[in-house]
Formats: sequence, structure tokens, C-alpha cells
Amino acid sequence: MTAPAAIAPSAQRFAIAPALVPWCGLGVLTALCLLLKTELPWLVNFPKEWTLPLASYINAVADVVVAVIQPGFRALSALLDAPMRGARLALAWLPWPAVMLAVAALALKSSGERLAIFALATLAYILLAGYWPQSMNTLALVLLAVPISTVLGFLLGVLGYARPRWRPVLNGALDLMQTVPAFAYLIPLLLLFGFGPVVGLIASAIYATPPMVRNTMLGLERVPAAISEAGLMSGCTRRQQFWQVEVPTALPQLLVGFNQTTMAALSMVIVAAIIGGFEDIGWEVLSSMRKAEFGQSILSGLVIALLAILIDRLTIGFAKAPDTGPTRAMRWMTPRRLALSLAIALALAVVIRLAAPDATLLPETGLREQMGAVNQWLLGLVRDYAWFFNGVRNAVLYCLLLPMRVGISGSATPAMWGFSLPPSALAVYVVLVLALAVLAARRLGWRAAVAILAAGLVLYTGFLDLPWPVFILAVALLAGQVGGSRLGLFAVAGFGLILVNGLWPQLVQSLYLCTLAVLLCLLVGGALGVWAAHSERVSRALKPICDALQTMPQFVFLIPALMFFKVGEFTALIAITLYAIVPPIRYVEHGLRHVRADVVEAVEQMGATPLQTLLQAKLPLALPVVMLGLNQTIMAALSMLAIAALVGTRDLGQAVYVALGKADAGMGLIAGLSIAFLAILADRLIQAAVARSAAASR
Amino acid sequence: MTAASRPIKLACRNVWKVYGRRPDYYFDSRGYVIDPDALAERLRAEAHLPAVVDASFEVATGEIFVIMGLSGSGKSTLVRCLSRLVEPSAGEILLDGRNLLAASGKELIELRRHAMGMVFQNFGLLPHLTVLDNVAFPLKIQGKPAKEREARAREMIALVGLEGREASFPHQLSGGQQQRVGIARSLAVGPELWFLDEPFSALDPLIRKQMQDEFLRLQRMLKKTIIFITHDIAEAFRLADRLAIMRAGKIVQIGRPADIVLNPADDYVAQFTEDMPLLRVITAGDIATPANGAALPERSVAADTSLEALIPQLASGVGGFAVTGDGDNPPAVLNAGAVLAVLEREQARRKSS
Repeated sequence: MTAPAAIAPSAQRFAIAPALVPWCGLGVLTALCLLLKTELPWLVNFPKEWTLPLASYINAVADVVVAVIQPGFRALSALLDAPMRGARLALAWLPWPAVMLAVAALALKSSGERLAIFALATLAYILLAGYWPQSMNTLALVLLAVPISTVLGFLLGVLGYARPRWRPVLNGALDLMQTVPAFAYLIPLLLLFGFGPVVGLIASAIYATPPMVRNTMLGLERVPAAISEAGLMSGCTRRQQFWQVEVPTALPQLLVGFNQTTMAALSMVIVAAIIGGFEDIGWEVLSSMRKAEFGQSILSGLVIALLAILIDRLTIGFAKAPDTGPTRAMRWMTPRRLALSLAIALALAVVIRLAAPDATLLPETGLREQMGAVNQWLLGLVRDYAWFFNGVRNAVLYCLLLPMRVGISGSATPAMWGFSLPPSALAVYVVLVLALAVLAARRLGWRAAVAILAAGLVLYTGFLDLPWPVFILAVALLAGQVGGSRLGLFAVAGFGLILVNGLWPQLVQSLYLCTLAVLLCLLVGGALGVWAAHSERVSRALKPICDALQTMPQFVFLIPALMFFKVGEFTALIAITLYAIVPPIRYVEHGLRHVRADVVEAVEQMGATPLQTLLQAKLPLALPVVMLGLNQTIMAALSMLAIAALVGTRDLGQAVYVALGKADAGMGLIAGLSIAFLAILADRLIQAAVARSAAASR
Repeated sequence: MTAASRPIKLACRNVWKVYGRRPDYYFDSRGYVIDPDALAERLRAEAHLPAVVDASFEVATGEIFVIMGLSGSGKSTLVRCLSRLVEPSAGEILLDGRNLLAASGKELIELRRHAMGMVFQNFGLLPHLTVLDNVAFPLKIQGKPAKEREARAREMIALVGLEGREASFPHQLSGGQQQRVGIARSLAVGPELWFLDEPFSALDPLIRKQMQDEFLRLQRMLKKTIIFITHDIAEAFRLADRLAIMRAGKIVQIGRPADIVLNPADDYVAQFTEDMPLLRVITAGDIATPANGAALPERSVAADTSLEALIPQLASGVGGFAVTGDGDNPPAVLNAGAVLAVLEREQARRKSS
């Protein structure tokens, strides 16, 4: 264990930068920790005896509080139960021809004939696949959650707009609502509201409200000064100014918020199926996955995906007209004709129900009953090509996952790779890392050198063997230098909380899984984005794929990953990567395409090759945009963490999931808050970095 | 011009607008005489931004009063103080002799509904309303019945020459057309006081010229009292009865265009106006002398004729003009010598610059 000592920066030559000094100190500390880790094992593994039973305290408090306030919430639950029952009954009562007519009319009004055809095809597929009742149950929940979230979100947004002083509190609450995994608050919700679909409703209302709040604030703030002044000079009272000037002007943004809220509600209604028993489409996916009926899980997953795309296009169509103006079909569908169509649909429903009061009118044998053969075939396929799937899995596992987790020091054993790590090889590694660091310091400055040393250290020890004091201090130092001392303190407090709750191993697992997934997303997605930025054809081909991936609820990503690669870390990695890959593609392409043309022309005129233009002009200029993409990728990866727990991981998401199973509200909340903390820290860090680089380039 | 003889519509007395942490702190000294320059200096030193510094002027009924300055000189803030879109930090604004700053919220709304109209640089049209509904919007706010406001809106749309576009939405119109809608809307309630905040600055030069002509045509018909903000010196001299030049929040000179080019208050104003051709700015009325009972020359010209237009006649040997058109003033005479003196001065200006 002497070698890593050499990694401590030999830093006299760059000692000029004052910000480097603490990093040198940290280097010394790292060396000390690594030297002492055999004598003082608590440096790596935080001892169990030191943990604080915060979770049980929370549970104890919660027990008391819940006992007191439960009746009120149960009453609320009963209150919400009635409209929900009503919505479910109404949708179950509606015969499918009436639903099809109504949805097609809406689609025609929203985005024209193409969406109407897509809507009809989607509904026909749901009908034929045999998931009509389940889909209607899901829709009933969405139909209730969306108005609640929209109204609540609008009110909160108006509050934030009218009282700027409350905005920090509001923003903090919104961040938590969006980043704490729903599994974490399902437990307290279950305790408060009792078992039943109302919990799913409340959970989706919590998760779906923030987009509406944010878009309301954004829209109202962006009302041009000239328009609001024109309203004031027309002699508007405060109320007239709000309802007749500000709200109509902000309406497009409000509708975007409505679209995002609807999508979030759909996604959460499906996730909430995890507590089971409401006969909705999410439950279908989950139970067929558990039974390894992949044919059915693909069928039902497709239902979710198609529904999501349909609802998304339907709502976004009302938010913004296409750039080329409304199509003929959209103009034909005047509000009067739309109302007429809806009335006809209702009349049709009444007539059908009068003629056949009890018939379900659904096709007798759905596609899903005939999936046995497909299941067999899929299982056979996976079995027959096991060499391929296992090969891929093992290659990634041994070349990427293991070295990252246990480090070179742990994985370079005869048992794993067939060779051990002799001191000579270690020396080569150290020299290599140092050489890279020196090179980086020469060409890119000391920050790059520190980053390379840190990466070399992590690769050597692995995520699991990283001493926690070093890790916490390093992140805090980074946060402090990039985002100010408050962010640094926030990092220390957050990691400290995770540490004393005994969740450090899970945190390390989460970090390792997320880091890998984010790196993969950046590599693959970045490459695709660069390609798309330079080729219209690729861009056009990728766009619908990205659209579909982004509207898909998280659940759906588990299906293909699980089908081919079985339960395990690798499957989780695939699912997370699939879910989080869109932002890098989109943002890299957008960033590269919108680099200032005059700069690119100047560089090309100097005789730069296309590669030089890309690496030395376009990418650096597009960096702020790419960073925003990175931010979104990290958010997506962390939010997928809780869902990926279903396929067997050992991270914070799993801690949340296990707590859900044990109805351990305290542990669930703490683990959920830990994930939220990671997300918020990453978000603030990246935003601070972008702001700094923007300030520096000004 | 007889601005002085008409009643004062709007008076602005020692108005200040200061941005910063606690602007009120500097204006609690009632009864003291404030040295504006010293106070502005102190405000800047103490991290406050004096956007309007001690602005005082009077605007007569029916007058076009132009406030001109570069961007950041405080002219837009000043006009917003006049309409109380921005609350002044100190000073008095008298509308028909009533202190506007003492008006309650309700009174202010009433004033805005009936007594003031405003046109904005970026039009400020409501994107979700048609041209007709935009123009009728102030009337709708007052709760006028639909028929009445539609009739009035159509009248206004005809006035600005936009017939046929009533059902269009703002984004379907060109910039010039949008500003016509803005003008029609600001006139819909028939205000006596009309604020125009850089109304033509967002338009192309050719359209701008058209809109200025249109504006002058409207004003000849309507005879509003106008506060017109611009950063375009040619526009200012073209439209103004009187103009105020602002610099760093302060009004450095107020006067008729001819006064300003002939007697600039300081080097800044001189530099600012050095490209304005004297012969075009100065009118016959500006330099005519009272006839004092002497016989009037045969040829007569209107008082607002620019000297430039008289040059051909002078060249053909005309020795003088009788200046007409200013009803209240005694008969006046313009001699060729006076015009030549201006010409000489213009030549001197050219040489020195």
C-alpha cells in the first residue's frame, strides 16, 4: 500500500494557484488514509456501532403523529375515493367505440389527421391486446391527478410569482418533490391514507405538481414589460391585469406546464402500481415481469409507451401550434364541430349501453392470452443465444463494472482476471497516472491534473474501498470552490447524514452505478449527438427515437433489459443508461448546431480540419449547453435508481425499496432524501460551474 | 409659436427616480434646498442609481414635447414616472394642476382609463387578441358594452389606416402595422395626454419616416398634448415643438429646436446637434423680426417654413418676406440678411468640426 502515496501531488511547480493548496492537503490526507486503512478499518468501512438510529426515531415520531392526524387523512381519502370510483366507473361504462370517437376528435383538433390516425391505432391495439379495462383504470387515476396537480401547481406558481421572497422555500420544496423517489413517500402515504388507489393518486399529485408550478412562474415572469405596462396604462385593476393580461400572455407556457404535469402524473400512476391491486396497466407490466412472461410484459409495456406518446402529443398539440400553421384538418375541426363530435360520442355510448347494458363489448380473446408461444420463443431465444447475451454481460461486468467497483487493487486477482497485481505492474500504473497528470497540468492546468489523479485513485481503490473522509472532503472542497462555501457545507451535511445512518455502502453503490451510467450516456449519447449535428439524416432518424424514449414511463425500460440480461447490476445499468441517454444526444446536437456561425467560419477559414474545428472550436463553445445535458442525465439516472432497484441492485434505491416492503417509513424517507440530496448537489454543482464559465467568458 | 399662452397641461417639478437599497433615505429633508449635482454624485458613490435627476419642465396643451437622450440617459424612466408606471422617489407631477403623485390607486386607474394613452417601443400588444380586440381592450377594461367598443375600435383602426386587418393577430402583422395597432389602442379612450415611448425605434428607417408623417397627420387632427421619447435626433427635431435633452438622468437643455441648435447649453448639446443642418431646423418664424408698423414685403411665407425652402427665392433676388400664420403674434418680417447670417454660421460650424 505504498504506491498510492506517490499519487499525492508533487505540486511545488503549480503552487501559485491558491485554490490548489487545499487539494494538496487532501492529497496528503488521502495517502495517510490509504496507508492506515489496514490498521484503522473504520476509515473505509464506517462501523455499524457508530450509526445513529435516526430511522427508528423517525418511525417512533411518525407512529405518534400518524395516530393523531390519521383520521383527518382517512377522511380525505374517503373524500377522494368517491370521485375516483366515479371516474373508474364512468370510463368502464364508456363503450370503446365512443372513447375512440372522442379521442380521435380531440386528436384532430390538437394536431391534425396524423395524430388522429395514431390515436385510433393505439386504442385499437389496446383493445386487441386485451388491456382495455386496465388502461381505463390507469386513465381514471390520471384524469383525477392531473386537475388536482394543475390547479395546485397554478396556485403555487402564482404565489411564487407574486411573493418573490417565498421563492427559495418554494423552489426547495419543488426540488424535493421531484427528486425524492416516490417509493420513499409511498410508505407514509400508505400509513396516512390507508391501502388503496387513493395513495397512487396522492403520490402522482405530489410528483406531477412541480412542473406546473415552475412553468406558471416562468410564464408569468416572462410576460414582456411592454405588455404588462400596456395593460396598466389601459387602466386595469389588479385582477383585470392578472386575468386579462398576464394569464393569457403566459398561456402557451402554462400549457407546456400542463403537458409536463400530465406526463409526470401518468409516469407516477404507473410506478405507484408497485403497491399493487388496482388492476391497472402498471400492475400488469410488473406482475408479468415477475412471472417472467416476457411476451405479456412487452405487450403491456407497449400499451404504456403508446398511451404516453398519445397523451403527450395530444396535450402538446394544444400548447403550441405547428410552425407551419394549423393544418386543414385542424382548421376543419372548429370548437363547434369538436363539441358536436363529443356529444355524438356520448350519445353513441348511451345508445350502446341501452342496447347492451351488461356486455363488456371487448374482444373475447385478447392477444395476451395467446402469448404463451411467444413467451416460449423469447425464453428459447435468450437460452439459445445465451453465449451472446452472457458474453456481452460478462465482458462489461469484468472490464467495466468490477474494476470500477472494487478497483484494480481488488479485481486484479487470479480468481477474477487470471493475474495478480505485482509491484512492477503497480509501479507502471502509478507512473502512467502521474505522467498523464503532469501532461494535463502542462496543457490544461492544475484542475485537469487533480481530476486525473482523482480518477486514477478511484480506479485503483475502486468505489468500495475509497476512504469516506477523503471522499466527503473532496466533494465538499469541489462544491466549496465551484459553488461557494454554502454548497460545500451542504455537501458535508448531506454526506454526513448518509454516513451516520449507515447507508454509506449503499451510497457508494449508487455513486458507482450512476457514475458508470452517466459516463456511458455521455460517451454513446455524445457520439450520437455529434453525429446528428453533422448529418441531417441521422438527426431526423434519431428525433422520433429520442421523443419516444423521453415520453416513456421509467418502468418500460426495465422490460428489455430484464428480458435479455436477467436480474443484476448489469441489467440495472442498461435500464438506467437507456432512460438517461436522451439528454446528451439532444443537448450535444443542439449545442453544436447553435455554435455561433461566425466563429466556426473564422476557424475554418484559418484552415482547421473538421476534427480540429469540432474539438477546438465547436465543443468548447457548446460546453455550457452540453453541461445542461449532463445535468439532466444525472437527474434522470438518479431518478431511475429507485426503479432499477426492482431488478436487483444494492444501492440507495434498493434501500428505499426494501423499506417499502418492510413499511419502514423512517429508513425509506432517509434513503429517499439521500437520493434527493445527491440529485440536488449535482444540480447545484453543475449550475454553479456553468454560471462560472459564463461569467468568465463575459 | 404661442406655447406660452396656452394653459399648462402637465408640469413636472424636481422629479427624482433613484434605484438602490434605500432611496427614501436621501429625500426626507423637506425644506432644504438640494444641490442636484452634489446629491446625484453622492448617490452614485453610495451604490444607488439616480435614473432621473431633478427633472423639471412644463408641457402646454396641444404641444409636442420631445424628450431626447442616448440609451440609459433616463428618458424612459422619466416618462414612466409621468404615468406612474414607475413611482418617482421625489418631486411633484401636476396634471391639470392636480398632483398626480397624491392620487390613490383607484384615482390613478380612473386617470389611466380616461386621461392618458401610451404607445410602447415594443408595441405591447396582447398576443392572444385580434387587432380589433386589442384596440378595444382599454374599453373592455372599463366595462363598455360590446357594441360600443367595437364601433369605437373600428373608428380608431380606420384612423390609423388598418381597415381590413381587424381579424388578424399581432404576430401576423409587420412591425409598422403592429405599431399602428398600438397607436389606435392608445387613442381608443380619447385621452388628452399622449405618451409615446420610442414608438418608432423598432422600425426600419423607411417605415419610421412614414410613421412620423402619419403621426404628424394625426396630431394635426387630434391636437393632443404629447410627450414623445426618442433617441433619434433627426426624429426629435422633426417632430418637436419643444424638446428636452437628457444626459445621465439630468435634463441639460429645454427649448425649441432652433434655440437648441443656435444656443446649445453646453459642449455636450453642441456636439449632439452639430450634424443637424441649421437651415432645415430653423424656420422663418424663428428669426423673423417684428414689422413694427413698417410696410410688409410683397411675398409672404408661413412661420413654420424652413429656411432651406426659401433659398431658391432668395437666390432669385427676393429681398425679404412677410411671415404669416402665427395668429397671435404681431406681423413680422424676414430679411434676406438674417437668412444669410444663419448660412454663414452653418459654414463656420462645418469648418470647425
